[in-house]
Amino acid sequence: MAETEAPRPRQRPIVRLGIFLISHSFSFSVVCCTAGVLALLLLPILAKNTYISENALMPGSANPMLSNQDVLEANRFVKDLIALNSKPRGSGIESQRLIAQYMKDLGAEVNYHKFHPQITQFHPLQFFSSPDSGTVERNISCSFHGVNTVGITRAPRGDGKEAIVLVTPYNSQKIKQAEALSLGTAYSVFSLLSRVTWLAKDIIWLVSDSQHGEYAAVSAWLRDYHIPMFTRLHTVNAETCPDINYLYDVRDNSVTGRKIYDGFKRAGTMAAALVIKVVDRSETFDDNLNIYAEASNGQMPNLDLINIVNYLAVHRQGFRVKVEKLWSLLDSKWLKNLGELFESVGQVVSSINPQWKFGIPAADYTEGIATLASSLYNQALGVPTGPHGAFRDYQVDAITLELSPRASVDKIIRQNDFLLRGGRLIEGVILSVNNLLEKFHQSFFLYLLTSPGKFVSVGVYMIAFALLVAPLPMVAASLYADAINLNSSQNNEKTVADEPGTALRSLKWVNAAKKVFVVHLWGSVVSLLPYFICQIPNRSPTVSFIIWFLLSVLSFFIMFLILASPFSHAKESQLHLREWAILKSVTMSATFIGLCLMSVINFSTAELGGLLLVPMCLMAQPMRRDIRVGSLSTLSRLAYNLVFCLIGFPPVTFVLLKGAFEGFNSINVGDFWCWVESLWAWSSATYLYIEGILYLFGAERGSTITRNSRSEEAYLAICQLVLLILCVDSFRKVVHPHMVRTVRMLNHCIVLARSL
Amino acid sequence: MAVRPLRQFLLLYLILFCRFFYSNAALGSVTDEEEFSEELLLRPLPDRKVLAHFHFETRAPPTASNGRHHHLFPKAISQLVQKFRIKEMELSFTQGRWNYERWGGFDPVPSNNAKPPGVELWAVFDVPHYQVDASWKNLTHALSGLFCASINFLESSTSYSAPQWGFHSASGNLRYGTLPREAVCTENLTPWLKLLPCRDKAGISALMDRPSIYKGFYHSQRLHLTGKGFDSDGVDSGIVLQQTLTVVLQPNEKRTPVTSLETKFQPSWSLTSIFGRKVSGSCVLAKSSTVYLQLDRDLVAELKNLQKHNEIAVAENVNYEGLRSGYGFQLSVEPDKVLEEVNGSHGTSPSLLYVFSVEKHSESEPFDLGLTWKIPVAWSCQQAPLHASRFLMGSGNERGAIAISFESTRLSEWLLHSDAIDSCELPVKIFQVVPWYIKVYYHTLQVYVDEQQQAISDVVDKIHVSPSEDKVSPGMMEMILKFPCRMKSAVATLEFDKGFLHIDEYPPDANQGFDIPSAVISYPDFYSSTQFGDDKSLEALPILAKFQENNSVVSYTEVLLVPLTTPDFSMPYNVITITCTIFALYFGSLLNVLRRRVGEEERFLKSKDAKKGGPISQFLSKLSAKLTGRPLETPQSPTSTSSSFISSKLILKVVLVAGIAIVWHFYLE
Repeated sequence: MAETEAPRPRQRPIVRLGIFLISHSFSFSVVCCTAGVLALLLLPILAKNTYISENALMPGSANPMLSNQDVLEANRFVKDLIALNSKPRGSGIESQRLIAQYMKDLGAEVNYHKFHPQITQFHPLQFFSSPDSGTVERNISCSFHGVNTVGITRAPRGDGKEAIVLVTPYNSQKIKQAEALSLGTAYSVFSLLSRVTWLAKDIIWLVSDSQHGEYAAVSAWLRDYHIPMFTRLHTVNAETCPDINYLYDVRDNSVTGRKIYDGFKRAGTMAAALVIKVVDRSETFDDNLNIYAEASNGQMPNLDLINIVNYLAVHRQGFRVKVEKLWSLLDSKWLKNLGELFESVGQVVSSINPQWKFGIPAADYTEGIATLASSLYNQALGVPTGPHGAFRDYQVDAITLELSPRASVDKIIRQNDFLLRGGRLIEGVILSVNNLLEKFHQSFFLYLLTSPGKFVSVGVYMIAFALLVAPLPMVAASLYADAINLNSSQNNEKTVADEPGTALRSLKWVNAAKKVFVVHLWGSVVSLLPYFICQIPNRSPTVSFIIWFLLSVLSFFIMFLILASPFSHAKESQLHLREWAILKSVTMSATFIGLCLMSVINFSTAELGGLLLVPMCLMAQPMRRDIRVGSLSTLSRLAYNLVFCLIGFPPVTFVLLKGAFEGFNSINVGDFWCWVESLWAWSSATYLYIEGILYLFGAERGSTITRNSRSEEAYLAICQLVLLILCVDSFRKVVHPHMVRTVRMLNHCIVLARSL
Repeated sequence: MAVRPLRQFLLLYLILFCRFFYSNAALGSVTDEEEFSEELLLRPLPDRKVLAHFHFETRAPPTASNGRHHHLFPKAISQLVQKFRIKEMELSFTQGRWNYERWGGFDPVPSNNAKPPGVELWAVFDVPHYQVDASWKNLTHALSGLFCASINFLESSTSYSAPQWGFHSASGNLRYGTLPREAVCTENLTPWLKLLPCRDKAGISALMDRPSIYKGFYHSQRLHLTGKGFDSDGVDSGIVLQQTLTVVLQPNEKRTPVTSLETKFQPSWSLTSIFGRKVSGSCVLAKSSTVYLQLDRDLVAELKNLQKHNEIAVAENVNYEGLRSGYGFQLSVEPDKVLEEVNGSHGTSPSLLYVFSVEKHSESEPFDLGLTWKIPVAWSCQQAPLHASRFLMGSGNERGAIAISFESTRLSEWLLHSDAIDSCELPVKIFQVVPWYIKVYYHTLQVYVDEQQQAISDVVDKIHVSPSEDKVSPGMMEMILKFPCRMKSAVATLEFDKGFLHIDEYPPDANQGFDIPSAVISYPDFYSSTQFGDDKSLEALPILAKFQENNSVVSYTEVLLVPLTTPDFSMPYNVITITCTIFALYFGSLLNVLRRRVGEEERFLKSKDAKKGGPISQFLSKLSAKLTGRPLETPQSPTSTSSSFISSKLILKVVLVAGIAIVWHFYLE
């Protein structure tokens, strides 16, 4: 052999390092994956305390002006609202009219906003178009509408360029005590704000009619605010509905002579939005404040907004602030053990050097993990956790504040106290936001919360992800290198001057990529199937799920027939093995690229996807060979593969998760359909992702049935391209604005470089 | 003792001389004397607020007649006019928004004095075309110094425009610019007051208590200058300087728990309660010093209406109080005159004007006008024919649209003859300036009337567009739309792309967004003149003369805030880092290529490989071979290079250094 004669010249260190890593890819991938998971578990310990980054906010620098007088008026308002319940229903908008009357008495500009909640219609191309263009023509029955009430207080000396939005969802058909209280809280603040002179931004109070869902009402209003329709389309509907017109016919002819304007009132660019909800959970200890922040596709509001709420609630009004947690995790044994382990490690470390701060109490750790998990889950799912999600679609920072009073609020004194403190909290937040000269930009947009006062920033959590996916390119490279070597050694053995073969050797991956692409194409076809299933009338979730499943399997076989034919000539198992290695390496590269892109768009989806996909990718082996060899290790690997694919199959994952949290007895196949349907409705990136895993499983199934090991790695390919599709989609929706910015930055770089 | 008579004599002589001089001058022309008059118009507003409109007018005769010296007229202003040959100029500083819906938009006060937030400046020059821009630049700097404001930012060509016909009839020599973000405060008011002969020391201007007027809901100080036009030989014919201050104030009222609205009185107020001061006599230099109280047409009609219901009570009141009280309210000072509006066409009751002369009041008997309501009354102000508002559409940093929406206030039907209503058209003139980084596509103009899209040719009567030029000039659009009088609502939309600025063009608060200045909406067929009485003597009162001018109704829309993409401003640092790295890489590899000798290197490596193979390294390579489970004859396989990567020396060195570091850290500190 040529290599043995003269030692090859030593390569440069970086190349040697690369070769070293590739040649030890197995141990390297084990170490990296373990480190990735460990780093994820370490995140609560690495979390930093939040701090208010924007100096202009100055939370709590002024004494609250909300007085008992305001609260008394709010009480009157609450009483009037609740009294409406006992009255006979008239035209159905008594509550709106009452609210409007109260707003008008405060000198606010009032208008009604009637809307038809958009029907959640899955549209295949909706993913690839901007969210704005989702206006589908609607044939709506008259009964299916809601009426929002909007009051606007103009800043006395402001220029009206910016506005702050207060949202209070309530059910106009049946007003509960808690909802009335949330309205009362907002009313007390609004009445104060209509008198103060310090306002620089207009205040919009949106009382959203949540009888068709809280989100629908808010998003309908936002849509009309930002993308109004000027054509006659929906007014035709309104004219046919007598009760809607009735809304405007009965105009109150009060002494002020001001009528309720029937147009749409606006107040400039929105600076921030607060959704106020009161729930009657009767906490035993303290008044609670829950903060919900996750918007669609894992977008978060600026951390400063959460910070000021947290600061004011804790340090000024004495609320107990909470962020959503996965409660089931709190009781888990292994987490507690892990927390204790970390705690003891921290103690050891601090005994070595007291300056090293490492480790937190085990209880804190468990809570942090639970919060982190819920935050990851919500971000990954891409479904907003409340009406605030609608604002993020228009680049407005918004959060939901869910207040829950201690004990019950039946007692009037207790209720007054609650209203006063809730009102003062909101007043303080508005005062801070009002101070802002620029929109929120100082603090983080990419973060995970581990508690209301602690966060993990993007620089820290990306390490865990990077460690997790680092093995993929390494293993891909080593597989590829092995395959090439195998090829060349074969050629040498044959000693055939197979010149065209060696020339084509470097193009092997093109063939594999073609295969991967075809499988992805199939995946996208399957992801479009639900659109056609939706067209079928009178379907139950279970039926549609089964149809979908059958169609997917069917289309898989069709694809398999087409795809299998070009392979039929490959007989030699060694050659087959080589092809398989190249295919796997291409698949892994695609996975890697897809996951990395995804992590830029929605970290949580990428992280959870990585946790599922990376082990699957690394362990995948042709089954037939495993079975043929029949040793313990290969059989265990086979079993592992099968189990992992089963878990990775979305319906199974869904069922498992649901079972873990709610118990297995209430499970129905149709649930999955409902869940997927809800994901479309939010045009969640996760939907596509789930589709991706679904095909993966489908492919795997197909391969097991036909016992044809060749198609096995196709399943890996599928999910990857779906990931890519998903990236393209999210790219349009989420990244494009950033992209413009990036391009601009590059431009600046060039300009600056030139000037240097 | 002899001194005093002498002094008296001199004084007398002086006075006589002056008299003589002045009478001589007066004989020549009526306007030859410099005049100053001060007036204040008060008007209750429907939403429990009070409008106070100060109007000061200073006239200077042509310079030819009295040289360069002035008695009353501010010299700074006259020099300004002389130097830049200003035909007409208006500068306004405004804080807050005029609420067109509640405070009205039709009569002369809002039409002339409701201004966009910030600074607005326009000027017509009497110079050749090519000099206009230079004059404008100099003027902005001069005004900026005079009024302590950053008016000089209007100097750059990206911030002003030259409207043809959309804003003002004077074409060619008109320049128009706004600074929507300019904050207005006392530092701007003080130089403005300095132009008054009595400043705020005496007369009506003494009412301007800073905390009270800046506490208001709207505050606009305006300076309007009319050089009466230069003749062909360069002799000017006098300058008129109008200074107005329009404030909307809320009278103090006790906060009562909100009860049913039916019993809610309008707040009663007096000058003391809204300004905290009284007028103690007029400014002695003023020719006239008058305070007016105006009651809106609708208010008068409403009062009359109420009066009809309670006939008897009214009779008593009139007998008892005379002019001092109308039905439903009472004034604390007897008015000198009550003027009634002469209105021809509209069939409503005329607006009432109570005239009070301040001259007869003095320190001992200050003037303190008060208005006390006796019955609750509600009315609304007269609206402009359409209520215009402007808003942004779309989201994201890429593109958007500007929409101007018009809501009919039904005035047009009421004003125009009802028989011609079907065929009549309502022209609306729109003047809109857009900064260059908002790239408006004028071809995307769409007009919807009553929620139906109209062909542009049907609606647009006349249009003139000067597109923006990047970093040179703003885009400007002048347009006349013709709407049917029956129309309920209309919307005009224009799409735009958001542009990019260079990094040093961003203002310090770039993340706030960028302003699109107010659009000017005017209605050429509607005139905002109000005429009080046919009496010629009334024309001597400047504010009434102003009311009578036949100006078309003008309103301004909101200022819009467009968020643009902003770079990370710490980026220059990153750029420097990246650039340096690239340079280092470039020079490093270049040097490497230049000084490397391949043959020598290979020889060196060979000799090194031959030497290789200490006992420790062999042991280590065996160990690593065992660990990886590969055969020991690794030197042949490609992995040999990798296992030799860990040279024993290197490991030894690393361990040594680490050990020293640990020891040093824990034991030597």
